[in-house]
Amino acid sequence: MKAKVHVTLKNGVLDPQGKAVQHALDGLGFDGIDDVRQGKFIELELSETDADVARARVTDMCEKLLANTVIENYAIEIADA
Amino acid sequence: MKAAVIVFPGSNCDRDMQVALRNAMDSEPVMVWHGNSEMPDVDLITVPGGFSYGDYLRAGCMAAKSPIMKEVVNRATKGVPVLGVCNGFQVLTESGLLPGALMRNAALKYVCRDVHLKVAANDTVFTSQYTPDQLIRIPIAHHDGNYFADDETLKKLEDTGRVAFHYCDETGAVTDAANPNGSQLGIAGIYNKRKTVLGMMPHPERLADAELGGTDGQSMFKGLVQALS
Repeated sequence: MKAKVHVTLKNGVLDPQGKAVQHALDGLGFDGIDDVRQGKFIELELSETDADVARARVTDMCEKLLANTVIENYAIEIADA
Repeated sequence: MKAAVIVFPGSNCDRDMQVALRNAMDSEPVMVWHGNSEMPDVDLITVPGGFSYGDYLRAGCMAAKSPIMKEVVNRATKGVPVLGVCNGFQVLTESGLLPGALMRNAALKYVCRDVHLKVAANDTVFTSQYTPDQLIRIPIAHHDGNYFADDETLKKLEDTGRVAFHYCDETGAVTDAANPNGSQLGIAGIYNKRKTVLGMMPHPERLADAELGGTDGQSMFKGLVQALS
């Protein structure tokens, strides 16, 4: 079973890297971009076969390591491989 | 005073810390490898700068989960003073000993230069040799030193005197221009509630010897030895 985790900065937390990407896109002539936020994508292969158990375990992983919940949110997607 | 220096794979200021401590106290500090889960009884624990675990995932986050950090948190909870410098500050926030987080510098650049700091107060074991509002010069060298905390936490830190140092200009003014990394309120270092844990981005151990260009950092180590011996 596969788990996909998106880690993103919380609203209200400045994202200087996202801003730099936005400026670079502006420079390339891509107009109409109101905001860019940058984050991380983490993919895990799990031996667990129960989706609910897998989600609970990945949530625990996010809380303990994968995300810093002071500044980051996380979203988990569980998919059959 | 007995002191320990925690060493992670990727630490690169552990020897500087060792030398600064050795010169300030009469005994040799203990170097403690991150994989240990125990360490000798010490009066001070230092978490040095560097790039522990290559800054993978987030600066300091892997180190914060290493076996020795459980023991560091234990000792800190019992009141043993802990000093975290640069990557050490990042490790202390990631381990929950200090609030907030250190994010990528606002200008996205690695910054390596001397900065001026304003010492908030001298009522802690770390700052007894300084005077309140004293201006000191200490080097910084980091890419992720942009201190962030929510508004409530920031207010609590300021109101309870837990901001140890602010970045300032050479006249002592805390301004945006003197802020090297975008830290909120120009925060360069903070304490835990009991003021026994200090995390700071600037490196006092790098300016603790006249032959290296200054001794403003030495006062911190002298003060620690005086307070903890």
